Amino acid sequence: MDLLSILSNSLRGAFGPEAAIYALAAVGLNLHFGYTGLLNFGQVGFMLVGAYGTAVPVVAWGLPLWVGILIGIACAIALALLLGVPTLRLRGDYLAIATIAAAEVLRYIYRSEWAEPLTGGVFGITQFANDFYDFNPFSGPFVVGPFNFSANALWVMTVGWGGTLLACGLVALLIHSPWGRVLRSVREDEQAARSLGKNIFSYKMQSLILGGVLGALAGSLMAINTQALTPDVFMPILTFYLWTIMILGGASRIMGPVLGAIVFWFLLTFLDSLLRQAIGTGVIPSGWLESSDVGAIRFAFVGLGLMLLMMFRPAGLLGKQKELRLDVR
Amino acid sequence: MSGDQEQHELEPDLLAEREELIDVERELEAQGPSAGAVRAAEALTGVAPEPGVAKPDPILSADGVVREFGGLTAVDVDHLEVQRGTITALIGPNGAGKSTFFNLVSGFDTPTRGSWSFNGTDISRMAAHKIARLGMVRTFQLTKALMRLTTLENVMLGATGQSGESLWRAPLRFLWSDQERSNQKRADVLLERFRLSHMRDEFAGTMSGGQRKLLEMARALMVEPDLVMLDEPMAGVNPALTQSLLGHIQTLRDEGVTIILVEHDMDVIMSISDWVVCFAEGRVIAEGRPDDIRRDKAVIDAYLGARRSLTQEDDK
Ligand SMILES: Nc1ncnc2c1ncn2[C@@H]1O[C@H](COP(=O)(O)OP(=O)(O)OP(=O)(O)O)[C@@H](O)[C@H]1O
Ligand SMILES: [Mg+2]
Repeated sequence: MDLLSILSNSLRGAFGPEAAIYALAAVGLNLHFGYTGLLNFGQVGFMLVGAYGTAVPVVAWGLPLWVGILIGIACAIALALLLGVPTLRLRGDYLAIATIAAAEVLRYIYRSEWAEPLTGGVFGITQFANDFYDFNPFSGPFVVGPFNFSANALWVMTVGWGGTLLACGLVALLIHSPWGRVLRSVREDEQAARSLGKNIFSYKMQSLILGGVLGALAGSLMAINTQALTPDVFMPILTFYLWTIMILGGASRIMGPVLGAIVFWFLLTFLDSLLRQAIGTGVIPSGWLESSDVGAIRFAFVGLGLMLLMMFRPAGLLGKQKELRLDVR
Repeated sequence: MSGDQEQHELEPDLLAEREELIDVERELEAQGPSAGAVRAAEALTGVAPEPGVAKPDPILSADGVVREFGGLTAVDVDHLEVQRGTITALIGPNGAGKSTFFNLVSGFDTPTRGSWSFNGTDISRMAAHKIARLGMVRTFQLTKALMRLTTLENVMLGATGQSGESLWRAPLRFLWSDQERSNQKRADVLLERFRLSHMRDEFAGTMSGGQRKLLEMARALMVEPDLVMLDEPMAGVNPALTQSLLGHIQTLRDEGVTIILVEHDMDVIMSISDWVVCFAEGRVIAEGRPDDIRRDKAVIDAYLGARRSLTQEDDK
């Protein structure tokens, strides 16, 4: 077995474009859940409207890509209002139900025959992000030792991680302001915040919109990264990867989602490479495990890892473990 | 009290603190009624001690407020006025509807019917946060500490008109840092007053039940209200601190704040309130000065009647 290549694969996974995209979407989710206590189980819905908002105007109407990105953001705001207005005045679980349902409904609408002229239905749309790659400052691939990224991947990574860090910076500024104090008080006890004159509905709405827009930007980048968009990329399971990432890194920590995404993608690619090599070299006898099983097995291992984490570091890698004990009176 | 036997084992500084409190108490007693108490008594002279009686200058006035839970009528108040600048106590047996009445007038619950006004403004269909901004703030019987905020943050949250609470200004610290600093000073003074300074930077979730009561009161005062509604603020607070809490409540009244207080301890009520309203089964059955209430037949039936039947059961 070639350990060096396993390791380099894993590191590529950990810092690759996908990790950046997931991190950005998880920063939005962290604003929702970690800081406001909103149960959003449909972050993938925001990614979907962001991705299609970006691609459709370019392909269908020939608009420039940056207009598409703005339209993606506008779609996320509309979705947040649509979800928030009826549910944010109610108990927390209503938002959870509404978001999980809305994300699935949206996926079915975007893949329906009815929407096909715009979205390309199940076949999706391709080649809409050439504007983005025209701006690529990198001319050749990046090769240092075992690392190897194409120029385009490098460009997406730069924008993705740069954007994620900017988003983290913005969240940090917001959370450490009086605005963030109200947000966290809503998470702790809505009634107490209300008794002190805070309009909690408005704050929950602002949080839902802001986190949703971050999700939409992640969706845009996801579309741009592959230059190919199909609705079935946006399965509900993606939302749960984002939750895993947030909890892994530590909810309500600024850098939690970033570390979570890196660790998540490291583990995923590490297990993938390791198992494939083990099968290929006969360390795991064929008949025990086929390489076609690897995709599923690695998620089982991630699940196991998450269980161990919850047992030994329940507040996540960066979380303050002390905070969790506070609920005990 | 079993505490007395252990007294000699107490820390010296605790003892000193206690002596200090006893001194404060003596001083208060020696001074006689405070300016606010005198003012309140004067304002209420000539007001007849009967349910629903009109007051010369009501800050809160409720009309026909009814709250039904299914078949149960939890609150049914025909008319009730609260005189400005007084300490008005709400008393009544468990389940009499005191907390429900608090929830209704503060906008936390919706009445079946009825209306009420605060400072002359009809607020009966107003959202709770708007009522609080008008200057009417309540605390909760079951305390609501914001656990994963520090004690200081809990109190600072109460400040009104914070410009940094708007999303656009929040990232630009220089726009609100001055206001934040002055709010912090005010919060520190309140923490000092309620003897919570040592908890300043701890999570409020680490506080004891009694400390949370104090925190809630400090937080409510941070709003700078005209009317504070305290739902059993003394429950679970140790006797020495209860004395100083009572002192704070009286000081507030002397500063012109109106206080409505739910309390079960009769000694406390008789010693500090200017006016007492007695609830039973959702209705106001009596109101008057403490001395009127002490002798009121309806109150004795509602309270002492219940106590008598309890002791009889104990004997069995
Ligand atoms: N949400 C509710 N649903 C149904 N019944 C309720 C509800 N809230 C209060 N009640 C009922 O209304 C009545 C009044 O309750 P409330 O809490 O106002 O009493 P209280 O005077 O504050 O009593 P205590 O001194 O024990 O705090 C009780 O009989 C209670 O069972
Ligand atoms: Mg009560």
